[in-house]
Amino acid sequence: MTNLLSGKAAIVGIGATEFSKNSGRSELRLAVEAIRMALDDAGLTAKDVDGMSVFTMETNPEIEVFRQIGGSELKFFSRIHYGGGAACATLQQAAMAIATGVAEVVVCYRAMNERSGHRFGTGIQNLQAAATTESSHYGWYAPYGLLTPASWVAMFAQRYLFETGATTEAFGHVAVADRRHAANNPAAWFYEQPITLEDHAASRWIVEPLRLLDCCQESDGAVAVVVTSAERARDLRQKPAILTGVAQGACDDQQMMTSFYRDDLTGIPEMGLVARQLYEQARITPKDIQTAVIYDHFTPFVLCQLEEFGFCERGEAKDFVQGGNIEIGGGLPINPHGGQLGEAYIHGLNGVAEGVRQIRGTSCNPVADVENVLVTAGTGVPTSGLLLGQA
Amino acid sequence: MSKVEERKSEFEAKLKTYVGLPDGPVTVGRDPVNETMIRHWCEAMGDTNPVYVDAAAALAHGFEGLVAPPTMLQAWILPGYEMHDRSTMQSENKQLELHSLFDAEGYTGVVATNTEQEYTRYLRPGEEVHAETHIESISEQKTTGLGVGYFIVTRTLFTNQEGDDLGWMTFRVLKFRPSQPAAAADAEAAPAKPSRIKSPRGFDNAWWWEGIDEGRLLIQACNDCGALRHPPRPVCGACHSSEWGSIEASGRGTVHSYTVLYHPPIPGYDLPLPVALVDLEEGTRVVANLKGVPPDEIEIGMPVQCRVEDADETMKLPFFHPAAD
Repeated sequence: MTNLLSGKAAIVGIGATEFSKNSGRSELRLAVEAIRMALDDAGLTAKDVDGMSVFTMETNPEIEVFRQIGGSELKFFSRIHYGGGAACATLQQAAMAIATGVAEVVVCYRAMNERSGHRFGTGIQNLQAAATTESSHYGWYAPYGLLTPASWVAMFAQRYLFETGATTEAFGHVAVADRRHAANNPAAWFYEQPITLEDHAASRWIVEPLRLLDCCQESDGAVAVVVTSAERARDLRQKPAILTGVAQGACDDQQMMTSFYRDDLTGIPEMGLVARQLYEQARITPKDIQTAVIYDHFTPFVLCQLEEFGFCERGEAKDFVQGGNIEIGGGLPINPHGGQLGEAYIHGLNGVAEGVRQIRGTSCNPVADVENVLVTAGTGVPTSGLLLGQA
Repeated sequence: MSKVEERKSEFEAKLKTYVGLPDGPVTVGRDPVNETMIRHWCEAMGDTNPVYVDAAAALAHGFEGLVAPPTMLQAWILPGYEMHDRSTMQSENKQLELHSLFDAEGYTGVVATNTEQEYTRYLRPGEEVHAETHIESISEQKTTGLGVGYFIVTRTLFTNQEGDDLGWMTFRVLKFRPSQPAAAADAEAAPAKPSRIKSPRGFDNAWWWEGIDEGRLLIQACNDCGALRHPPRPVCGACHSSEWGSIEASGRGTVHSYTVLYHPPIPGYDLPLPVALVDLEEGTRVVANLKGVPPDEIEIGMPVQCRVEDADETMKLPFFHPAAD
């Protein structure tokens, strides 16, 4: 199948506010600050921006943000649903708009006071009483107390342990890698605070088999990225990060967080669908990837993603993560910024920014000789992923 | 007038006859005002004013000698430990008689609510304290946090052996009917107990929840191809027919996966709370809470049996229990 998208667009600017537990300002202001930094980084101005793509969960409407930054004519705006699953899909929207000539410069952003404001970790305690397709869906779980993202993921994680023979120590290796990387990243909330496997094992249960240190942070902050054509990118300030692959996926009796009715609960088929598309678009294989930003709201799904992307066989992630293999210096360093466990939880968009830094060679934890970087979006939900390559 | 109201007005008429009556003969303190009791009182109360214990200091402050702390006024006439044994007390005590009247009517609770005292002058050692108590008032029926009842106020006048005025005291008690006392008190004090989160009910799912309301665990069945499905959906996933009915599940199943909720706390739910994903023997899967098995004994594959039970005062839910062997 011919792909008209690969290599057409590039990320040319990244920006982020500080990551905190209480930003002390509005989500709107956070969005504007991050976008201004991203535009400055790219050497572009608000007048250059003619497209915006965001998550449906974003609380700052694109037209309001566009007005605030001093934008002039907006020709393309779109929103992607399903929580953090939208993280890389917003880049797909941008790339498609640019490849088709609909827009020239597209900004993707995510700004949230997710710790000091609405905390996702408290779950859907205020389920609306009116029956919609989505509220009725959550009605199959909320009456039983199964109403947080962690609790939904736990149901998969327990079955994964049972079928693969892994122990929760495998989850611990992911947490240790993230925190080791964050310890060297001054922008990370957990800067200079590495943890050990013992710390992980000793942390309290949140929803068995997930412990506190298996769960990502709740954060305040914003991240923005600027996308334009690969051609225009050559003339801009930064070394471009080429979007060599970008894809969405939903399949096989997909549900929002609770695809509990599939025969096999140990995989993430929608991420497998994303993986197949990405490899096909970029014409590469897993061994061509030097580092990966693997969406880590909860550690168990990092293991499943390593398997879905073919870095290891099904059920073998527990061995793959041993011995520092997913840490800097290992075979596949993941989340060199510290991930959402270590740096911040900005719904995966901070992971896209790290992918760009790895291509540029400006990360705090640079991986040597990077040609291709994988970035994935939220799991347990309809999702997305992207591949970044050198120009 | 209803019988209840009739009885109440009869009772209240009887109460009125007690208002103004002395509760018994004049009480005379068992000991005259004396230095020993004053010293004990001051030590117990931590009152270090020297005019109560040091004659020289009292003289220096313009007294003729030691004086008693004014707040001891009632102490001089207290009956002591015998107070706890009514049989030893004066038989003609009207206040006790009144309390018995309340008791017989079900107002068995008693609580002292407040007292007021006024002291005319300092008492000196050697003075005798006399007290005369009247039942001053009985309120209308009141509804309080403790229950329905009546406030009784007594007034005591204190004099010495010469008839000199020493002060007065009022004392108010509530005699109340502690019918469902804890529940009644809790209902006023605590906010309504939160209930579990309920599923919204719409065209596609209300019938399933209504089945639960009636104590039945249902499974949706396609009318055309017979395929069973859960959660309910308007269109068959196998043949795309939108004609459907349902069957009642046996409730037998095995645990396919589970989690135990520890955090965050959720109003209306007791944690830790096990939740299971159960493979029903009919072939569909359903999520519900597990009961009757400690969290560390839950195992994937364990046989379970569903029972529809009250989850709280507002709703029923299916619960899975370990299946009997």
